[in-house]
Amino acid sequence: MASFFDRLGFNRKGSKETLKDRLELVLAYDRAKIAPGKVDALREDLLAVVKKYFPTEGSNIEVEQRGDTIMLVANIPLEKEGAPGKR
Amino acid sequence: MNAKVIVVTSGKGGVGKTTTTANIGVGLAKLGEKVAVIDVDVGLRNLDVVMGLESRVVFDLIDVIEGKCRLQQALIRDKRVENLYLLPASQTRDKDALDPEVFKTAVKQLIEEEQFDRVLIDSPAGIESGFRTAAAPAQGALVVVNPEVSSVRDADRIIGLLEAQQISEINLVINRLRPKMVASGNMLSEADVLEILGVKPIGIIPEDEGILVSTNIGEPAVLGQSVAGQAFMATARRLRGEDLAFPKLEEDRGFMAVLRRLFGGK
Repeated sequence: MASFFDRLGFNRKGSKETLKDRLELVLAYDRAKIAPGKVDALREDLLAVVKKYFPTEGSNIEVEQRGDTIMLVANIPLEKEGAPGKR
Repeated sequence: MNAKVIVVTSGKGGVGKTTTTANIGVGLAKLGEKVAVIDVDVGLRNLDVVMGLESRVVFDLIDVIEGKCRLQQALIRDKRVENLYLLPASQTRDKDALDPEVFKTAVKQLIEEEQFDRVLIDSPAGIESGFRTAAAPAQGALVVVNPEVSSVRDADRIIGLLEAQQISEINLVINRLRPKMVASGNMLSEADVLEILGVKPIGIIPEDEGILVSTNIGEPAVLGQSVAGQAFMATARRLRGEDLAFPKLEEDRGFMAVLRRLFGGK
C-alpha cells in the first residue's frame, strides 16, 4: 500500500521502478525462451527437496539475471540440526 | 548511420512507426539527401496519408513488383522538399503479394540506378512475414519504442530478430516520452530504456499534440516548429552522424518539485 506521502509524490521511486524490475525479468525469460511458470515450479520443487534435508528456514532460491544469462541462485545455509536457525 | 537502407520497425503497433518514417524522411531530405520512403504495410497503407500525398497515388509497390509500371512511375515526388519520394504500398492486395527477394531487388535498383542516398522502409507491425520482408533489404534499423511495458518488451523481441537477420546498425527512437512523468518517477527515462534494451537512442521525441495536428493536415511535423518536429529534425541530424546532445527535459516547476528541492531531493 502506498503511504499518504507516497501518493503525494514524496516517494522518489514511483511506478517506474516496479516497471523496470518487471521488464528486466520478463525480458530475461523472453530472451532465454523459457516459460516463467516452469522456472517457478522448478524453484518450488527444489525448495521442497532442500527443506527435506535442511529443515531450517532461511533457504531461498531466486531467479537472477546476470548479463545475458538467467540463472537460479540458491542460498542454502548448511547448519547442524538443533543449532539456532539464524546466523 | 552508415546504412543506406533503413527499416523503421517496432513490433508493437501504434507506437509511431509511420510518423517516424515520414518525419525522418522529410528531415533527411531537408538536410540534402535524396530520400525514398517506402510503405511496406501492404493492405493497410498509411504513409501516404501521414505525408499528405494520398491524392497523388497512381501506382504502388506491388504494381512495380508485378511489372505493371516502371519504378519511377510509382515514385511520388514530394513537392515541399527537394529530393523526397514516396513509394506507396498497395491498399487492395495482401502481404503475400510481396516477395522478400523481389523487394530486395527493387530497393537495390533505387540505390544503384536511381542514386538514392537513403531508403527508409516503414515496416508493418508484428514479427511475421510483413516485418521480415520489410527488413530483408535493410542494413540498418530504427526501432521505435514508447516508454511503456508492452512496447519495450516487443522492441526487445524485434531487436533480437533484427540481429538474427545480420542487421548491424540498430538505433532506438524513443517516442511519446512525457518529461513530467519521467520527473515524477512514473515513466521510464531514456537512460532506463537504454539500460533495459542495451541499444542507444538516436532520437527522443516528447509527447506532443502537435503531431496529431500535423497528421490531421498531412504535413509532417519536421516542416513546422513544434517540439516533436524539432526533436525529429535533431534525430535526422544524429542519423547523419552529427554529434547533437539531447535537449534537457522540460523543467519540472510543480509545487512538489519545489518541495523536493527544499528537502534535499534532486
